[in-house]
Amino acid sequence: MAEAQSGYYVPHGSHWPIIGSVGLSSGVIGAAGYLQGMDWGVYVMAIGIAITLYMVFGWFGTVIRESVAGYYNDKVDLSFRWGMIWFIFSEVMFFAAFFGALFYARVLSVPWLSGEDPLTSRYIWDGIMLNWPTAGPGNAALEFEPMGAWPLPTINTLILLTSGLTITIAHHALKAAERVKLVVFMWATVLLGLVFLSFQAYEYYEAYAHLNLTLGTGIYGSTFFMLTGFHGMHVMLGTIMLIVITLRCMAGHFSADNHFGFEAVAWYWHFVDVVWLGLYVFVYII
Amino acid sequence: MRLSKRTVLMVGALAALLGGLVQPAFADYALNMPQGVTDTSRDIYGLHMTILWICVAIGIVVYGAMFYSIVKHRKSRGVQAAQFHHSTALEILWTVVPLVILVAMAIPATGVLVDMEDTSDAEMSVKVTGYQWKWHYEYVDEGVGFYSNLDADSQEARRLGASRKPQSVENYLLNVDNRLVLPTDTKVRLLITSNDVIHAWWVPDLGWKKDAIPGYVNATWTQINEPGVYRGQCAELCGRDHGYMPIVVEAKTPEDFKAWLAEQKGGAANTAGGDAGADAGQQTVGTDTETVEDQSDPAGETTARADTGAQGGGSDSAAGGMTKEALMSQGQQVYSARCVACHQADGQGMPPTFPALTGSAVVTGPVDDHLDMVINGSAGTAMQAFGPQLSDAEIAAVVTYQRNALGNDTGDVVQPSDVQAAR
Amino acid sequence: MTATTHEVGHHDEPTGFTRWLFTTNHKDIGTLYLLFSLTMFFVGGAMAMVIRAELFQPGLQVVDPYFFNQMTTMHALVMIFGAVMPAFVGLANWMIPLMVGGPDMALPRMNNWSFWILPFAFAILLSTLFMPGGAPAGGWTLYPPLVLQMGTAFPFVIFAIHLMGISSIMGAINVIATIFNMRAPTMTLMKMPLFVWTWLITAYLLIAVMPVLAGAVTMLLTDQYFGTSFFNAAGGGDPVMFQHIFWFFGHPEVYIMILPAFGIVSQIIPTFARKPLFGYASMVYATASIAFLSFIVWAHHMFTVGMPLAGELFFMYATMLIAVPTGVKVFNWVATMWRGAMTFETPMLFALAFVVLFTIGGFSGLMLAIAPADFQYHDTYFVVAHFHYVLVTGAVFAIIAGVYYWLPKWTGHMYSEALGKAHFWLSTIFVNVLFFPQHFLGLAGMPRRIPDYAVQFTDWNMISSIGGFGFGLSQLLFLYLIIQSIRGTRNATAQVWEGAKGLEWEVPSPAPHHTFDTPPVVK
Repeated sequence: MAEAQSGYYVPHGSHWPIIGSVGLSSGVIGAAGYLQGMDWGVYVMAIGIAITLYMVFGWFGTVIRESVAGYYNDKVDLSFRWGMIWFIFSEVMFFAAFFGALFYARVLSVPWLSGEDPLTSRYIWDGIMLNWPTAGPGNAALEFEPMGAWPLPTINTLILLTSGLTITIAHHALKAAERVKLVVFMWATVLLGLVFLSFQAYEYYEAYAHLNLTLGTGIYGSTFFMLTGFHGMHVMLGTIMLIVITLRCMAGHFSADNHFGFEAVAWYWHFVDVVWLGLYVFVYII
Repeated sequence: MRLSKRTVLMVGALAALLGGLVQPAFADYALNMPQGVTDTSRDIYGLHMTILWICVAIGIVVYGAMFYSIVKHRKSRGVQAAQFHHSTALEILWTVVPLVILVAMAIPATGVLVDMEDTSDAEMSVKVTGYQWKWHYEYVDEGVGFYSNLDADSQEARRLGASRKPQSVENYLLNVDNRLVLPTDTKVRLLITSNDVIHAWWVPDLGWKKDAIPGYVNATWTQINEPGVYRGQCAELCGRDHGYMPIVVEAKTPEDFKAWLAEQKGGAANTAGGDAGADAGQQTVGTDTETVEDQSDPAGETTARADTGAQGGGSDSAAGGMTKEALMSQGQQVYSARCVACHQADGQGMPPTFPALTGSAVVTGPVDDHLDMVINGSAGTAMQAFGPQLSDAEIAAVVTYQRNALGNDTGDVVQPSDVQAAR
Repeated sequence: MTATTHEVGHHDEPTGFTRWLFTTNHKDIGTLYLLFSLTMFFVGGAMAMVIRAELFQPGLQVVDPYFFNQMTTMHALVMIFGAVMPAFVGLANWMIPLMVGGPDMALPRMNNWSFWILPFAFAILLSTLFMPGGAPAGGWTLYPPLVLQMGTAFPFVIFAIHLMGISSIMGAINVIATIFNMRAPTMTLMKMPLFVWTWLITAYLLIAVMPVLAGAVTMLLTDQYFGTSFFNAAGGGDPVMFQHIFWFFGHPEVYIMILPAFGIVSQIIPTFARKPLFGYASMVYATASIAFLSFIVWAHHMFTVGMPLAGELFFMYATMLIAVPTGVKVFNWVATMWRGAMTFETPMLFALAFVVLFTIGGFSGLMLAIAPADFQYHDTYFVVAHFHYVLVTGAVFAIIAGVYYWLPKWTGHMYSEALGKAHFWLSTIFVNVLFFPQHFLGLAGMPRRIPDYAVQFTDWNMISSIGGFGFGLSQLLFLYLIIQSIRGTRNATAQVWEGAKGLEWEVPSPAPHHTFDTPPVVK
């Protein structure tokens, strides 16, 4: 295997991608069927998700085994890094679409509907005045309360910022080969992620149960839930990734100078963190 | 004769292709943008021709150099390839020169654009609302408004496999039952919006198009210089019958326009169709089912009507009750004009987007639910509210028709008074 | 850097069905992409034939208007996402590792997945044709509220687009990683062939905008099923907001489909002019400028929606600016030909036709950039003519040129030059008969996306339809030539073309299953 450690590792033939395609497509076919009220929708979707999860574990398992066996040289490592960086960038652009919708609504469409475009206001919406947060001129009778920045979102901000700190400490511990410190701070990061998620879940419960704030609360409800919801899903994914990586840390998979898997998850966690800061400022505060 | 004309055109097309852009050689409506009848449209025509000639000039230079090279610098002539591969001076030159040309082009374009967006000082306003698939015009503050549908002749000839040929219809697909009448030499502001999906209001002779966005008003303006009839079409895909919602503007002198408007306000017989021009006179409503013979409608009782503001105000004279035969006959006409686009002539629809009426739960169920559907429509679907569009008698007729034809046989007879009660 | 490592025990070439299903080899995956693209080209082409048949004369003869709308919508989706984009990804897969001297794509398993998502996504998309309510009929731009009137197909279409987006993003990530990480050590960035450069920039565009499309269609989905109000004025949203988000994706998407075409043409013209590409550096900078500008011009697709004046002016000026770097490219190609020693094999003929005809599309594009004039051109056949000149005689001609150029390298056999030239002339003549008259139709006032038209538009529509049928049939010759080359007998040399330069011409034809296991040295 001397050659294996120095050359660029090109795997031959993998059945994981095609399994992934079957999983993904049955998942979306099931989801679409479910949305159209078909009986089989949920089951097909569940099967699709199960196949996809099987693929994820199988694929990553293969990669981890190859990595632990030392097949990957620095150049392969670098390919993974390029891949992860641009994957995260594509995620940023996905959020950009929803931030764009938020800015468009706040800066353009809501003011137009409420008098800045006098003709629209006068001839269609009877001169209704709207102030952000609003559910729109067609829902003028709808009473709801917006989600304030205090206390939960602010606490959540502190939680995420702290988790960024703990994962960095863990990273330094990994580099210094201090295993106990690494594992402790990784579990601390996981815990912070879970606390964040529970607070978020409680916030949603509050919104639906007491504030009358739902997905159907016009453009405010739409942007609020879609932005925080997609962010929450990413936190959930990030937390799962953190748990896996922590278990791998405990299994001794990483060395001080070779731990791309760890770094990829850390990058992802920081990305989730930064998106939250954007949310905190634009969704909750301003 | 047609064939020979086509041959000429095909030869012409090939000549156009071979010779590059030789559009001015055919100063024909069918080849170039119309100059139109407003200052705006003429400005735009000017911009269009300027930029076209700039492109032609650049094209001659670039293609000239390229074809010279193709002819002269070919290996078969025994030339040796030069090996130069850049020239900073040349590259700067062909960055800067296009930039200068663009700036020169942007200046007049900016002027026209600023002018087009200035809707101030309009002397009157017309609210234009797009529907699937018709237009509604409302003369703001005048209390006059009406729907404008594709004319009956085109309706007849447009059907898949229709026996009537489009060539036999005057202004096929470009004619309506009720024209938008506007005064000349008057700055008219148009407030364009939509009731369902996005449409676009476009009459080429006026020089612009503007999207009709549901929930928003787009203001624009026009000032027509010459009396006449100007035709256009919806220009934004709006569903199945996007190709069948034309726009016809009739420009009258301010005096004639005043007279026309006064007549509308008088509300004579509540029909705007009568004076919509000679070609709207005899209306025949066609169907492609052979069981029903064509019904002529000499009374000029067109499918559109002027609503004089108050909803349902213009009730037809038949409030006292109509016979089932009369209802079925009128109902069939209304159905052919308003319903077949989606629900099809045989009532089978195109499920699930356009449900079938044959055996439908709504049509064969309680009359009140059926009336509610027709009058108020169904939100989020293509089924619009026909309450404001049709008279009590028309709704009564079409509901009666649907319940007793198209494979349905409920035996119900719905009277205009029932409709009035259901409104 | 030393040799490449291959998985132990599998060093020989795999065979059979699983070879294609499980492959991680960039050449196999490239082939799969290209064959998929060719299939979709004919599927989308068949839909175009339905459209042109219905438009042959006024009145309805062939299909219902609702089905006609399904055809225009599906034709666009299939051609854009199924034919043009996968063709370029296929060419990237085959050629980028060869051109930069790398052993394979950087992430070979993910490469397989990028491809194998596509057949599933298109199976879902095409199956909507048979669903109650039919395929999407609201135009490929999916504008709400119209798109929300779609039948059963709605969520299937949305998810199919999500899958296509995932595939494109993974493909783009792979291209970037390959270009940055798999180059031979002596292959510096500014020595890279232009095709590689244009693909690098295209990959960035893909990563930046495909997620935005995913976001936009997700909002459609939640508006339809979960009560959100993004595109509903009553809830404070705006249908036009969708158009802004969509075209923020859509305009870079246009360049995703044309920048690799620029790259292909920039490879072919120097080869057959036997002369280096003129202004290599300015070509790179022009490509980057076009990519940058593509992010700030989106609203020129929607001048008529009623934007504020300042917005209209900004987007008009920004759009006009694109003419500058595009012009630089055209001038550079002409300067490359100048004083060369040209021969005119089929790839060169298609490349030359590309330069001429794409430029016509560029001219009409410049005309469309003038906002006031666009108020007349918008949503007419003038626009249809414009984007078919840039996409058919632009992107598709470049792909065809690239296929003829590299086919001998892929198959090891030459195609018939005489038939290739016949294919060129038939295609070029018919494509102009097809699309040039559409300029006239648009200027004369014929809106796009209508199944039936006023009688005065008859003649040009007939001519256009004849051109369409001719162009469609001519492509069968292309299919024949590809098959001929695969099964052929006349072996190609390694260099194939007399003037060809670059690493891909230093490996034998056909290119062996594994190339550049040891990095080559670039002169």
